[in-house]
Amino acid sequence: MKVGLFIPCYVDAFFPEVGVATLELLERFGCSIEFPLNQTCCGQPMANSGCQEDSAATEALFVDCFQGFDTIVGPSGSCVHHVRFHLDAIEQTPQAKKVRAGTRELIEFLHDDLKITEFPWAAFPHKVGLHDSCSAVRGLGHTRPSERVYEPYFSKTRDLLGKVRGLELLEIDRPDECCGFGGSFCVTDEAVSAKMGYDRVHDFYRHGVEYIASADMSCLLHMKGVIDRLKLPLKVIHIAQILNGGPQ
Amino acid sequence: MSSRDIILASVRNNLPQPAVPLPENPEVQRSSHVGEAILGYFQRELEVMGGRSFEVADATAAKAKVAELFPTAKVICSVVPEVPGTKNLEAALDPHDLNDVDVGVVRSRIGVAEAGAVWLTEADLVVNALGVLSQHLVVLLDPTAIVETMHDAYGQIDLTASSYGVFMAGPSATGDIEGVIIHGAQGARSMTVLLLAPKRSDG
Amino acid sequence: MSRPVDPEGLAARFIDLEKHETTHDRQVWGMRQNRDKAVADVPEWANLRERASQIKEHTLTHLDQYLEQFEQNATKHGTHVHWACDAEEHNALVHDILQAHGVKSLIKSKSMLQEECGMTPYLQKRGIEVTESDLGERIQQLSNEPPSHIVVPAVHKLRSDVAVLFAKDIGTDPNDSDPHHLTEAMRQAARPRFMAADAGMTGANFAVAETGGFVVCTNEGNADMGASLPSLQIASIGIEKLIPRAQDLGVFIRMLSRSALGSPITQFTSHFHGPRRGGELHVVLVDNTRSERLGSADFWHALKCIRCGACMNTCPVYRRAGGLSYGATYSGPIGVILDPGFNLEKYREIPFHSSLCGSCSEVCPVKIDIADQIYKWRRVVAEKGLLKLSKKVGMSAMGAVLSQPKLVHAGESVVEQTLPHMPRFLLYNKLNPWGKHREVPVAPGQTFRQWYLKNRRKNS
Repeated sequence: MKVGLFIPCYVDAFFPEVGVATLELLERFGCSIEFPLNQTCCGQPMANSGCQEDSAATEALFVDCFQGFDTIVGPSGSCVHHVRFHLDAIEQTPQAKKVRAGTRELIEFLHDDLKITEFPWAAFPHKVGLHDSCSAVRGLGHTRPSERVYEPYFSKTRDLLGKVRGLELLEIDRPDECCGFGGSFCVTDEAVSAKMGYDRVHDFYRHGVEYIASADMSCLLHMKGVIDRLKLPLKVIHIAQILNGGPQ
Repeated sequence: MSSRDIILASVRNNLPQPAVPLPENPEVQRSSHVGEAILGYFQRELEVMGGRSFEVADATAAKAKVAELFPTAKVICSVVPEVPGTKNLEAALDPHDLNDVDVGVVRSRIGVAEAGAVWLTEADLVVNALGVLSQHLVVLLDPTAIVETMHDAYGQIDLTASSYGVFMAGPSATGDIEGVIIHGAQGARSMTVLLLAPKRSDG
Repeated sequence: MSRPVDPEGLAARFIDLEKHETTHDRQVWGMRQNRDKAVADVPEWANLRERASQIKEHTLTHLDQYLEQFEQNATKHGTHVHWACDAEEHNALVHDILQAHGVKSLIKSKSMLQEECGMTPYLQKRGIEVTESDLGERIQQLSNEPPSHIVVPAVHKLRSDVAVLFAKDIGTDPNDSDPHHLTEAMRQAARPRFMAADAGMTGANFAVAETGGFVVCTNEGNADMGASLPSLQIASIGIEKLIPRAQDLGVFIRMLSRSALGSPITQFTSHFHGPRRGGELHVVLVDNTRSERLGSADFWHALKCIRCGACMNTCPVYRRAGGLSYGATYSGPIGVILDPGFNLEKYREIPFHSSLCGSCSEVCPVKIDIADQIYKWRRVVAEKGLLKLSKKVGMSAMGAVLSQPKLVHAGESVVEQTLPHMPRFLLYNKLNPWGKHREVPVAPGQTFRQWYLKNRRKNS
């Protein structure tokens, strides 16, 4: 299957290993990966601030880069959510619609589209705390939101992580409370964002978690910033890296 | 143009389209309480709301229960025949005169199990203020006059038949100071339901 | 141009009060947890929620008919119905009624609408003593602060704050912060005020068109007390509070307190259908921007709100920042979508006082698309040119750079080369809000793109 690889701007710049893990993982499952070299960003930072005008050119570039693909996969719930639900600063041409509909987030691609049930090469003998981003939970339906107590529980991320040898998933007090990244919110509402981050990492920490795992590097970027400032013995890792078999 | 006309015109001009039809009432699944007797359900929810209930055999037992629960009560204002009071209550009474009532005794005609609530109207209270000025409230309720849900209750009550009607669930309460639940914030400090059918007046 | 409210600055100040903020977050999250338990006990919740939403949407799309029906039926049983286009008219109407009856002291129960209209200061200026009877509202009145939460107005205060406040007002021991003692003291102090009041006022949770009556839900019974003692009673009712029939109350009453506090019902659910024996009942129906909001395709769903406060309880921003950080009558997520509709210039920062986590939309019993509306309000603020200058500039710059691959690659190179060598004082200062409480990420040796070019470059 030919797949256009979408690597979010901050992953490209600061966490290339997540991009590498995503690419290698998809290749393991027989995908033929192409990474359009001109891609930059999906437009979310500007759009989330209501700046449609400022987002348009970037969104147009995104469509332009990926219009040759039926399937586009990216390791970021928030970016993929933006593409599918909010990429409308540009005219909704047939190409734009196709690109939007064809953009898949990595976890849902593995779980729902490829229906992967085994990761034989993957071992991760550590205590892991799962952080599903708000975009993933309430936007993309990765897992049942905790508010919906009247619905049966499900979690695509747990299903996949459950296939990793030695991985111990620990529960925390507030399973899906927002970590406080929120895009530009993290600097405009800095005190609130930081406090939310502090509370979230402490929830993981006091339950004995070694690695906070997420399918969203933006959340992890924010939490890692807090962890490093507090000098807590916590590490962050993207789920793609775990599923791809490293690091150990 | 009156304000009424201005507002109605503005509303009409701004009605969202398309219009949404009125849905019928939902089916109540009740699966979490299937098989449980309504009385037990009511008693449990009443406790959750901070009230308490006792089954009493007859008027004598009711009267004794009130005396047992409120031994130091000086002013008992009862509007039910089963329990005599020390203060008479007539409809014409100035509600302010009820400020000294220690125990108010009334009868409710319908209880709601899921809410632990009893329905009281101006007719039941005689003077509305009795329900909130009494330091403690005792409510007589026929244990067979309890319906399961609020839907059932609203189906049986004619709201327009009384200028005032209240579902009272437990005593007056507040959690306004650091979320600590306190009973007796303004109204009754306690609510006691005595489960007793009304005496049938057959001669 | 109104001076904008600065929710971020206000939030930062509250967060600095460590004990206040942590207690607040814990208490309010507790209400969310109680909501979860209560909702789990109603297996048909999803159904109820859908019905509640539809009943409200139906009513709002036929609002003129239901308003007229309500007025007709209310008048039938002796209620006086008045109409107020805006806050000023509401206050003037209320004052007229009070003056006509020689009212000197008024006791009132909780009403967000009256708060919205600024009724209390209006009346007090004209010589009428106004007492809030709800404990939380009274605490706020004594503090000269608006309520910080729709259901528990003083939830941002510690018991020690209340102790100090009551010591000043009713002479209690400033060092005794036992909530039982404080509540009892206020009970004793409030009773005489009820007894002496010339008039009682309430708000309304629901106004029933079919019966011409309205419903007030309280836990203290203070609305009932205020309605049963003075013979003059006035209720302020927003026009969006209408519901069609008595049977519809079943749906809403079942959902209100479960969503708010996690109890199956409020302690008192009071129904008023006309004046009590020997009394007089007035109702003021208030518009105050509601009909205008009705005409907004993006924002009219906010009118479905039944004021349960569930959105506040679940909101991670509200719980850390406190309700006063919104600087408006309505706080929390519902405040974020209501306030800009009242005054866009004053509340232009409010839509950004959210991480867009979406939890609010999930707990709303009437399915208001709160998070989506927050997102849409941001566009309105941006389109009207009301973005903070720094943000406007920043977004323009980002938009310009991110749409140019060459600029992005150049920028990444610069970051890669300079970031590892920057001294801490250059990186961490007032110009870098990220760095106030967080470490800046480490720049890796190469970008993903560079790795890809080296390791996977295809002939394309």
